[in-house]
Amino acid sequence: MPARGNSATKQSQPGDAVLDALHKVCDTARAATGADTVAGVPARYVAAPTSTEQAAELLGAAAQHDLAVVARGAGTKLDWGQPPTRLDLVVDTTALTGVVDHAAGDLVCVVRAGTPVSELQDRLAGADQQLALDSPLPGATIGGTVAVSTSGPRRLLYGTMRDLLIGITFVRADGVVAKSGGHVVKNVAGYDFGKLLTGSYGTLGLITEVVVRLHPLPAARRVVTVRTSDAAAAFTAAAAVTASQLVPAAVELDQEGTDPGTVTALLEGIENGVDGRARAAGELLRAYGQVEVTTDLPDGFADLPFEPGGTGLKVTSSMTGVADVLTTARALSERTRLRVRGSAAGVLHVGVPAGTDPARVADVVTRLRGTASASGGSVTVHTAPPDVRAAVDVWGPVPGLDLMRRLKDELDPGHRLSPGRFVGGI
Amino acid sequence: MAGTAALAARLRARLGDAAVLTDRAQLRTYECDGLAHYKVTPAVVVLPRTTADVAAAVRACQDAGVPFVARGSGTGLSGGALPHAEGVLIVLSQMRTIHAVDPGDQRAVLDPGVINLQVSKAAAPHGYYYAPDPSSQQICSIGGNVAENSGGAHCLKYGFTTNHVTGLELVTPDGDVVRLGGRAPDAPGYDLLGAFVGSEGTLGVATEVTVRLTRAPETVRTLLAAFPSTDEAGGAVSAIIGAGVVPAAIEMMDALAIEAAEAAVQCGYPEGAGAVLVVELDGPAPEVEAQFTEVERHCHDNAAFEIRIAADEAQRALFWKGRKSAFAAVGRISPDYIVQDGVIPRTALPEVLRRIAELSGDTGVRVANVFHAGDGNLHPLVLFDDAVPGQAEAAEKVSGAILDLCIEHGGSITGEHGVGMDKAKFMPRMFTDDDLDTMQMLRCAFDPQRLSNPGKVFPTPRLCGERPGRHKGPHPLQQAGLAEVF
Repeated sequence: MPARGNSATKQSQPGDAVLDALHKVCDTARAATGADTVAGVPARYVAAPTSTEQAAELLGAAAQHDLAVVARGAGTKLDWGQPPTRLDLVVDTTALTGVVDHAAGDLVCVVRAGTPVSELQDRLAGADQQLALDSPLPGATIGGTVAVSTSGPRRLLYGTMRDLLIGITFVRADGVVAKSGGHVVKNVAGYDFGKLLTGSYGTLGLITEVVVRLHPLPAARRVVTVRTSDAAAAFTAAAAVTASQLVPAAVELDQEGTDPGTVTALLEGIENGVDGRARAAGELLRAYGQVEVTTDLPDGFADLPFEPGGTGLKVTSSMTGVADVLTTARALSERTRLRVRGSAAGVLHVGVPAGTDPARVADVVTRLRGTASASGGSVTVHTAPPDVRAAVDVWGPVPGLDLMRRLKDELDPGHRLSPGRFVGGI
Repeated sequence: MAGTAALAARLRARLGDAAVLTDRAQLRTYECDGLAHYKVTPAVVVLPRTTADVAAAVRACQDAGVPFVARGSGTGLSGGALPHAEGVLIVLSQMRTIHAVDPGDQRAVLDPGVINLQVSKAAAPHGYYYAPDPSSQQICSIGGNVAENSGGAHCLKYGFTTNHVTGLELVTPDGDVVRLGGRAPDAPGYDLLGAFVGSEGTLGVATEVTVRLTRAPETVRTLLAAFPSTDEAGGAVSAIIGAGVVPAAIEMMDALAIEAAEAAVQCGYPEGAGAVLVVELDGPAPEVEAQFTEVERHCHDNAAFEIRIAADEAQRALFWKGRKSAFAAVGRISPDYIVQDGVIPRTALPEVLRRIAELSGDTGVRVANVFHAGDGNLHPLVLFDDAVPGQAEAAEKVSGAILDLCIEHGGSITGEHGVGMDKAKFMPRMFTDDDLDTMQMLRCAFDPQRLSNPGKVFPTPRLCGERPGRHKGPHPLQQAGLAEVF
């Protein structure tokens, strides 16, 4: 199917038959405005369904009119990935909200996609429970978090969205509602579409409801920080805590430019437990620099090191490969000051300053990609100004791409869901 | 069978004579997996040694339009590795190399035929282990674990196979070799790895598996608590979880299961117990000690009349021996039995156990209950004597009714044994036609000819390329498969 251009001439007109059709199934349907662009691409319509059923009718109508559809929650990651190659309808999920069921005794929660993660966490905290996942982007919805699969420091202990998601309801491109998984943590019946939709950037279906497993909120925490004296020490210090029996919930590395790095270990548990573990962690880390123990998380503990207008990368590697990524980033920082933050689990985020020449950013990406791939890792460009985005390979090499394309063709044969946003032009 | 002979000849030319079996007597060794009442003799068995061998075998099947089924150690309990009568059984037990154990990366790289327990043994000198521990871990293979997304007693805290596999090399149903993930997390693109794990052999054959290794805990404490009945034991489980304690495992056995275990392995559980709990905590010492005291208190508060604390590894092993031998032990008190595998929300445990007892009372079919209480995964053992006419059917009915109870309470028809051949017919009770059609889309993306383990998991697969809703009735291939079974 040929890609259609997006120009001002496509803007909807009064008496628009398509808008009427959308309005008929979803009364919030309206013409898009300049505020509804996705990564710079204008939309024609916006609609905010309030239920899975309404979302299904909406996508059914979109299918009838061959509309290209992008889902939007809080819009915190709307410019990640590639811009859509065409766009007609933005499905706004922010009216699809609320906790459907919090089965506290079962440590399970059913929540609609548009619910802000912070709102969900507040609700769960009332029962001393949590979704054990950091939200690096304030305001993000649970649906967007699943669709892009963001994670933070505590992934080291709790895993990521894919590990916490136990059931999902979504609307296919043809308007059919499908679900997989269920409401129990242990369940191997049928294929796990929750995993496929997690991190799929809206290209396989519109997520309307998810079921997540919960964890108890820890009663106490300690944060052990060491400012390492030199570069190599940061990795060695992080590896020492990670390999200990202290069960850290997070081991984070921070490296700014060519400065010596900081390692932060988070210990969660009960009051008289975390004290002893913090002491033991301090003992381990003392060899690498000045150790500090606090009870509060540092400000912006889960934040991404991306600056407005800059380029934000996700660099993965094996756990030992983290050392090489840090070294490469430090070497590149001789010319371009990079901010590196991330987990000893093998996921580092790298911020390239705003205003960096696109060719230089492309060089940074290539160099980091070379290092990351040596240990089986990858580099993905999350945020970037348009000129940089045009100069870099956003996704890099993707093993299994042929199978991914075949999956996309099965679920969305018209390539109407978030077209072009994902790997290999999917 | 001319087609089969030509296929066998092609396989021999590529894999060598010793790796291809067509002799009827030899083939019969492989006629069933752990679910022994389904038996199908495969047309050909191949014993590949390398990924290239597997790819060659799959490609040969693809060219000939012949179905293939992968098999590890054959311990599966849902008939997932049941052969296809006209098909090739690919037995991975010759591929047993542990390629790497790397504590720095917390990963091991394994051949699919590597035995689960061997991974932990290889990692132990480094202070690591492989967390998923199905009861069959002394014999089951990693490839089989991947296919089934195997669980185990300690999955309550540590998660299932899917949470511990970070990389796969697989042979697609087209015969292509594809790598997904590896030592690094979060590979870009769709999480096909996540979809493959637990797909029960219907999306291809895993030929190399990279797993996460878990640091051995500083402390492990285990207790055995005896209760008057399952009601009180269930109450204790809810109280423990409700208090924010996440034990490594909480296992429950009822009176009949205890009786069987005593008869088989003399585990010496407290006399007169209507139910026992085995609770294990692990982690840093101060946390484990504090939470252990809490667990003891919740057991007392819920009328536990005896609590034993494992003083050493030998005693811990004895506590577990009763639990881990329970399935086989039931053979001591009943000539035949069905191992059921269903899941309910943990809080529904007392209610569902009462309903199972009623069901048993009404039908006269005895049911022994053994389960992973922490995550609501029931393993009712439905007892019968095949020599008595009508008993097998009655047991089958009770077993099915238990699954209905699970679904009624918002649970699942399988927590860890898989759907396989055995439970395909129950899938429509848990999923709508649209759900199942959507799952078929994944199947069609991987296996448009549907040659990879056909007839499993799905009751009525649609033809690939066919739009949903048009296909009615069982597929001819499946019919052929079923005709061989019964």
